[in-house]
Amino acid sequence: MFNKERWAEIIEALNANRFRTILTAFGVFWGILILVLLLAMTTGLRNGVTSDFGDFATNSLFMWGQGTSKPYKGLPKGRRVQFKLEDVAVLKEKLPELKYVSPRNQLGGYQGANNVTRNEKTGAFSVSGDYPEFIKQQPMDIMAGRFISYSDINEKRKAAVIGKDVVKALYDYGEDPIGTYIKINGVNFMVVGTFKSTNSNGDNEEDANTIFIPFTTFGQAFNRADNVGWMAITAHDNYSITNLKPQIIDIMKTQRSIHPDDRRAIGNFDRAEAFGRINGLFDILTLVGYVVGALILLSGVIGISNIMLIVVKERTKEIGVRRALGATPWNIRLQILQESMVLTMISGMLGIAAASGGIWLMNFFLGPSGSVENFANPSVHVSVAFVALIILIVSGLLAGLIPATRATQMKPIDALRIE
Amino acid sequence: MIKIEDLHKSYVMGSNSLHVLKGIDFNVKEGELVSIMGSSGSGKSTLLNILGMLDEADEGSYVLDGVPIKNLNEKVAAQYRNKFLGFIFQSFNLINYKNAVDNVAMPLYYQGIKRKERMDKAMHYLEKVGLAQWATHLPSELSGGQKQRVAIARALASDPKVLLADEPTGALDTKTSYEVMELIQGINDEGKTILVVTHEPDIAEMTKRIVNLKDGRIIDDTVVKQVIAKSYV
Repeated sequence: MFNKERWAEIIEALNANRFRTILTAFGVFWGILILVLLLAMTTGLRNGVTSDFGDFATNSLFMWGQGTSKPYKGLPKGRRVQFKLEDVAVLKEKLPELKYVSPRNQLGGYQGANNVTRNEKTGAFSVSGDYPEFIKQQPMDIMAGRFISYSDINEKRKAAVIGKDVVKALYDYGEDPIGTYIKINGVNFMVVGTFKSTNSNGDNEEDANTIFIPFTTFGQAFNRADNVGWMAITAHDNYSITNLKPQIIDIMKTQRSIHPDDRRAIGNFDRAEAFGRINGLFDILTLVGYVVGALILLSGVIGISNIMLIVVKERTKEIGVRRALGATPWNIRLQILQESMVLTMISGMLGIAAASGGIWLMNFFLGPSGSVENFANPSVHVSVAFVALIILIVSGLLAGLIPATRATQMKPIDALRIE
Repeated sequence: MIKIEDLHKSYVMGSNSLHVLKGIDFNVKEGELVSIMGSSGSGKSTLLNILGMLDEADEGSYVLDGVPIKNLNEKVAAQYRNKFLGFIFQSFNLINYKNAVDNVAMPLYYQGIKRKERMDKAMHYLEKVGLAQWATHLPSELSGGQKQRVAIARALASDPKVLLADEPTGALDTKTSYEVMELIQGINDEGKTILVVTHEPDIAEMTKRIVNLKDGRIIDDTVVKQVIAKSYV
């Protein structure tokens, strides 16, 4: 079907009016370029926004106590709900589907007052009391030393794991923090490890400004006893945290003597749900990208179809001659279809190549200068190239269909009479 | 070779019906060189188109080399044209973006012959019409007479039973016309059946039989003594 002769013939035919061919090809080139770029930008947005979520395990739920809105069992409304350490054990026992239940307490925080000192240097950092599992929910790179261990928890050791920016603020360049002491709210802690965020985007600034200390030490040193500020709960991979959420909250209501219909008493943030919603949004955006790109491509395809109609008209006589010499209608139809396919494919391939170049350039400029807000690593999956290729083949066939039919509609005798 | 009986053809134009061929009976034997003459509107072109399977008669029968030509669909008609007939047109009808040898090879392409064999054959026929050294030239680089020679080579390429020439010299000056006729006579001498439509008496006299058409009927059909074109060249 595509032998050397056919190729030569197609190239000859397309070359016969080169400027027109290039203009026509530009329509498809532009359409596929926009299509691929739109998809790449959508991916860039998706990457940017989801990286803002940080590395925290997706199938997770954060939960904290708020004021009750209903009196219950003689307790007044407006009472402040306070989680206790025992609740963690109850949750783990009653819901084996849960992988991690991490009680957390926090001190200070972003833009708070200075709370940490070392010699003459001071800084405001968020100090967090945590269990060893926490690093599995919120991955981080331990640069030196280690994370909190169960020995720390059991013995209530005054050990601290400090973030990269804490090191920068409290230590001279080249100084080894491991084994040194820092003062948190006047209490001395020994630094046992340093970490940095695994994610270079989004909330890394806040992460790197954090100091982790054992949960039990936190309770004792800062008078929290067995109070729990909030919990980070992660379900096993094959269970959905969103489905488990009502059960978790019911257990907590029983534990904390909250009215079963009280909706305000326990606050929560369902990461899986939020993540799913954002992902859904980007799925829609991707779809929009396909539709808009395909519509732009369509105008290019119409352009090709149009020019093929003109080509057929111009070559009416040639077609008549070919038929007199023995070309069957199918021969002629195939010739027109092949020409429109080749034109579409070549311009489309160039469009895909140009789009790849554009994506490369975007990444090149985004890369070294840090990330733009909510935008990172625009890219398309290889499958998009295949989808685009299929779209192109179909488009080429569609574009050639009407002209090819038109080419064989006229009887050869009438075609030959045209001057 | 060609057997035509009681052929009728009319064209409908709006409410008028134009009866162009009013019962033609006509036979051509193998190896004949026949000219069909007549003023314009006499029906000679219509007759040639029907012979060339480019058009179909309303009534009557047409048998070509023992094959009845009737109710052909476009595909079969194309195959028959390719196999049985070679066309020579007044305006040459070469494909202007193909060089001479590619033009000649075109009927062979539609026969599905492989490129190498096709090119060999095409070159053979180009040599026959004396244009081998022009093989790679585009039609725009050839003179009128050369173009018609290429067209004749193309018509011969598929080794058809009959050559149909529609005013083959109509676009050429007298000298070139005679050269083309000399070539046609030479091909006929090798045994090919050839039909020439013309309105020029001197061209007609170079054939072996003159058929005169008037108002859709054959009014005269005589075997003549062939004038040898070479004597004029």
